Amino acid sequence: MSEPDVLFDIDNLSFGYGGERILEEITFRVTRGDFLAIIGPNGSGKTTLIRMMLGLGRPDSGSIRIMGESVESFRSWDLIGYVPQRATELDPLFPASVREVVAMGLLPHKRWPRFLVPSDEGVIDEALEMVDMVAYKERRIWALSGGQQQRVFIARALASKPEVLVLDEPTAGVDADAQERFYNTLETINRMRGVTLILVTHDIGVITKHVNKVACLNQRLIFHGSHQDFCDSEQAITLFGPDHHLICHRH
Amino acid sequence: MEILQFPFMQRALAAGLLIAVTCSLLGVFLVLRREAMAGHGLAHVTFGGVALGLLISVAPVWSALGVAIAGSVGLLKLKERAGIHGDTAIGIVSSAGFALGIVIASMSGKFSVELFGYLFGNILAIGPGEVWVSALLAAVVLASVTLNYHDLVTITFDHEMARASGINVGRLDMLLAVLTAVTVVLAMKVVGLLLVAALLVIPAATGLIAAASFLRAMVLSGLSGGLSVLGGLVFSYYLDLPASGAIVLTATFLFLASFSLKGPTGRRP
Repeated sequence: MSEPDVLFDIDNLSFGYGGERILEEITFRVTRGDFLAIIGPNGSGKTTLIRMMLGLGRPDSGSIRIMGESVESFRSWDLIGYVPQRATELDPLFPASVREVVAMGLLPHKRWPRFLVPSDEGVIDEALEMVDMVAYKERRIWALSGGQQQRVFIARALASKPEVLVLDEPTAGVDADAQERFYNTLETINRMRGVTLILVTHDIGVITKHVNKVACLNQRLIFHGSHQDFCDSEQAITLFGPDHHLICHRH
Repeated sequence: MEILQFPFMQRALAAGLLIAVTCSLLGVFLVLRREAMAGHGLAHVTFGGVALGLLISVAPVWSALGVAIAGSVGLLKLKERAGIHGDTAIGIVSSAGFALGIVIASMSGKFSVELFGYLFGNILAIGPGEVWVSALLAAVVLASVTLNYHDLVTITFDHEMARASGINVGRLDMLLAVLTAVTVVLAMKVVGLLLVAALLVIPAATGLIAAASFLRAMVLSGLSGGLSVLGGLVFSYYLDLPASGAIVLTATFLFLASFSLKGPTGRRP
């Protein structure tokens, strides 16, 4: 794998809080075009790991390089879109329209003072079209269902035309049909647009159908590799037990 | 109109409208960040600054401004570093500021009447110089909000998402803290320190109930703040009411009217 294709290079990363070890000696790479699922039980350090990868926390030891630069000096955050876990916990009184939420994704590209210009409307429309939400542009964000809100947050992340999209439990609280449509959208973004996806999830179904790489975390990285290698591994059987065959069956 | 023939009323209207619109716009951010009571707490701190200015014979607006900015930044740092809830930090900083004011007032023992003017507001006594100072400070706040509008909306919507986008969240938090201090000092002459929070909170809440987008909420909040001062001054003049109370009651009436027409806003069931 050539170096330009390595988007995240995590080397021997460890982190603890209040005397408790949360991440220990994590080493793996994310390469261009991956659709990577980070899985693991509650409290395994999944969210902590992606917060470190996004520069939102500092490891105790080890290093993170993003597109060849250390995370401390990395400045091209517009190349990395982020859809946080707490999207459904945002303030329901916030009066933002769908258009305003997506426009927030344009800011990293702009210099201060970051005013919107008429051509930005086209970028907002394009991002909403990718997630099939352009008809909802002037609606208030809280008038939408959980699944529709998450598609808008994806559009917000896509508006900056990122090379990587990081999603933390994006389908929490979303019904099964909406989840399936959501993951189909992600797969299209990954295959047709070439956007690398990093997905933290508990959802066994998504591992089954959509991703091509799996990182299994439980404080330590207990597996990192392709979906098929994961299926053949002892870790999959240990982790998922009787559900193992469900994960490893491709439709 | 008869009411506008008097220079003191012209000054009250000019300064009041500027200050109310400024407070209303900033208030939208504070309400959504659940920092609405920071304005109330800073008003107590500002009382200490006014007392200090009167003691050392400095124009109270400048001493209040210095103390309010120090209090607001202190509040921010206390929340960030002491690991305590925002309302606890407000309780500590506001109590300390108000206690400072009481001690200074007691030590000098000669300016209780002047202090009363700042506690309850005296918009009709605003002098020409104070109109210009209000205009200057209001211009600074409005320009800061305008130039940082999209960044402020983004950090208010989701702090962590904004940080992950590379936005300098710490700098913007500091900016909001300083602007809040400036608006509290501006508003003290209009409605008095005891009712400062009203100008920051009520018009913003009115706009937030009625609007379907953030920009509309800002516009409606500004209109609501301006109408509150206009209506309050008219009621004050014709019904012989205290101006500060009339302004706040007008703002409250507008909020209730907005609430009645629109109903509570909430999450989709």
